Amino acid sequence: MQESVLALENISKTFPGVKALQGVQLTLRAGEVHALLGENGAGKSTLVKVMTGAMRKDEGTGRMCFDGKDRDFTSPSEAQKAGISTVYQEVNLLPNLSVAQNLFLGHEPKRFALIQHSRMQQQARELLKQFKLDIDVTAPLNQFSVAVQQLIAIARGVAMKAKVLVLDEPTASLDKDEVETLFGVMEQLKSEGVAIVFISHFLDQVYRISDRITVLRNGQFIGEYITAELPRPKLIEAMLGKELQAMHGQHQPGCADSVDAPALFKMDKVCVKNSIENMDILVPKGQAIGMAGLLGSGRTEVCRAIFGVDSVASGQMQLADAPLKPQSPAEAIKAGVALCPEDRKTDGIIGPLSIRENIALALQARLGWWRYLSKAKQQALADKYIEELQIATPDAEKPIGQLSGGNQQKVILARWLATQPQLLVLDEPTRGIDIGAHAEILNLIKRLCHDGMSLLVTSSELEELVAFANKVVVLRDRRKVSELSGEDMTPQHIMQAIAEA
Amino acid sequence: MSTRYLPLYVTGALLSLLFGLGAIQFDGFGSMRVVLNLFSDNAFLMITAIGMTLVIISGGIDLSVGSVIALSGVLCGLLIGEYGWHPLAAFALILPLATLFGAIMGMWIHVYKLQPFIVTLAGMFFARGLATMLSEESIAIDHPFYDAVADFGFSLPGNAWLGTSTLLLLLVLVVAVLVMHYSRFGAYVYALGGNHQSAELMGVPVAKATIGIYATSSFLAALAGIVFTFYTFSGYALTAVGTELDAIAAVVIGGTLLTGGSGFVVGTILGVLMMGVIQTYIIFDGSLSSWWTKIVIGLLLFFFIVLQKLLNRGRVQHA
Ligand SMILES: Nc1ncnc2c1ncn2[C@@H]1O[C@H](COP(=O)(O)OP(=O)(O)OP(=O)(O)O)[C@@H](O)[C@H]1O
Ligand SMILES: [Mg+2]
Repeated sequence: MQESVLALENISKTFPGVKALQGVQLTLRAGEVHALLGENGAGKSTLVKVMTGAMRKDEGTGRMCFDGKDRDFTSPSEAQKAGISTVYQEVNLLPNLSVAQNLFLGHEPKRFALIQHSRMQQQARELLKQFKLDIDVTAPLNQFSVAVQQLIAIARGVAMKAKVLVLDEPTASLDKDEVETLFGVMEQLKSEGVAIVFISHFLDQVYRISDRITVLRNGQFIGEYITAELPRPKLIEAMLGKELQAMHGQHQPGCADSVDAPALFKMDKVCVKNSIENMDILVPKGQAIGMAGLLGSGRTEVCRAIFGVDSVASGQMQLADAPLKPQSPAEAIKAGVALCPEDRKTDGIIGPLSIRENIALALQARLGWWRYLSKAKQQALADKYIEELQIATPDAEKPIGQLSGGNQQKVILARWLATQPQLLVLDEPTRGIDIGAHAEILNLIKRLCHDGMSLLVTSSELEELVAFANKVVVLRDRRKVSELSGEDMTPQHIMQAIAEA
Repeated sequence: MSTRYLPLYVTGALLSLLFGLGAIQFDGFGSMRVVLNLFSDNAFLMITAIGMTLVIISGGIDLSVGSVIALSGVLCGLLIGEYGWHPLAAFALILPLATLFGAIMGMWIHVYKLQPFIVTLAGMFFARGLATMLSEESIAIDHPFYDAVADFGFSLPGNAWLGTSTLLLLLVLVVAVLVMHYSRFGAYVYALGGNHQSAELMGVPVAKATIGIYATSSFLAALAGIVFTFYTFSGYALTAVGTELDAIAAVVIGGTLLTGGSGFVVGTILGVLMMGVIQTYIIFDGSLSSWWTKIVIGLLLFFFIVLQKLLNRGRVQHA
């Protein structure tokens, strides 16, 4: 391949108490997809931010050479102008603007100094066609699902016609087809000579699309490899600094499948207006039930109904032999339900509060505000989960907003575990979490079942689902279409059930 | 989609209702003359409130506008009335100065990450203090140009008069609508109000935009101050006390979200008209105390804030 378009050398970034990057390097060549890998908190997003002017590197360290010139961007807009376009991990775009405005903000087509809305909308539709999205581009962005928003963010990055495109966990909320579409676009850009940085925790995707891999660990540069020459175990070892014990594949649920385990939670012919229809789901005590289905199949809607976000129009729910009719999440929490939502970026994180406070939040709500949790108790709780979930942080007092994306998710998970619910609903619990922690979370699910908790878990990772679930419920078009357990519960069978028309 | 325009429709409907009510009850209320007077009497407030709309949509607030109006008036009085400058020369100095003043506030807000509330509160005290220091007395302005301005205009049927201040207002309104909906700067204003951090990461030049927003607000306030001298033929340091609050009220009644990100300049005009119609109604009635204006505006504000909350809740559940 040709020489580099972008070369970073010896970059360091220190936050108070944390060395997020120490002498890191990264070299991008035109027309390559370069995967940037590492555990949660390894420093990937920080490197992206430093490179694109969203953060300043430490004074006097390192050097960045872009397009043959020494550069040091002081703002994202500067980097964009120079030709680096970025989809940040936590980008939420602008909920109040239309899809078209979001796509072209700062690059609107103009005539006579005025923005041409009609042309902008036309271009927006064409751009989204590449992503197989046929939506109303004049509608405000907040009407669309997380996945669509993610695709729009990527489309925006692509639309800038940059020399370098940086995608920080672009596939975290996409389904399989959407990922394929994205890869198609990436291949196209590649052939046009664009250099693409691709950050992901999905190693399959990394092997599928990338040409080279740079691995970071604890803020340090571990190595640059050619993807085709790096076997997966070696890659994992580079990322974790140790080998990963085998975990996938076999079916080993947390507790034996006993047919006669008493039902803890029952959903009986539940309908929600404009949403799920005639839903029957049964979660026995101490078991984990998996829920599979494509995006929009009704998985998230089931979770929302149980948690009192959407009200049930007809049918009944039962929790531990008592009827469950939550009118709000607060009531659901009191009844002993916890929901760890899919869209943790907007639903869960209270940025300026510390990890300790974020963890204590839901438990405090369950106890009622007059039974105040003492700071010592909160501290003990926080320490317990930091240890258990391996949350990478110097201490529990750090504002959650300063954690890496994956570690923020772990804190939200801890928040719900802390309420010791009878029924724990997890919506995509392993999204955005690194492979080391994946295994941790799967083990945790098993342990929780073993301790008698019941779980309802949504996941698009079928391999994972079968690894811990006692039974898998398959949804399609907002209805239950199949239930698989025992021998039948294999990723292939689930795929079939999902796909059958 | 429709929820975006809903507050605008509500304000429009309430306005028509109130105006219709007045027109049925009182002779002469429902006339072109009353309508145009609403505009000319409130032109200075409308101009100020247009600037405030920009600031509030961007997620900020500007408390200094009332004081800037006064400062601009006093400078007019001094330069024209006292030193005998030509008014146009005076305006050519005052407007850029005010713009600079706003730009400095914007810079403070951006560079030191300060609350707009605090920075513009400081600006408010500073401008009012400066105006009072320049002259504690009201300064009369007597210049042929001012007479010409007062005489300039178009006669419309129904004994109505389209004067300079209304024309100026309409010009500002057209430019503001174009800027908000057909310029990049306008898009940035909405972007900043939608989510400051996302806007920055999406490449919005936050520094330039923030400075531009407060500069525009101060510029418009100074322009309003000049228009105010057209009414009074004088400059006085204690004019327009509390006008910033009237402007904020008009913006909110006009359907702009106080938290930023959504709203329309035209709504703000409706907001000011609403306040004006209430006042006119009370004057026509003759028996009501003028304080009723404040009471009704208070109730309206309350109503609109609740309405916004409800609309927002609906939106979140929709997502
Ligand atoms: N604004 C900040 N203030 C303080 N510390 C920060 C800040 N942002 C990140 N960090 C710290 O820097 C380290 C690297 O974080 P970074 O977000 O780069 O990780 P990452 O590799 O992107 O992880 P993930 O896969 O979870 O997204 C973490 O320890 C994090 O806590
Ligand atoms: Mg990250």
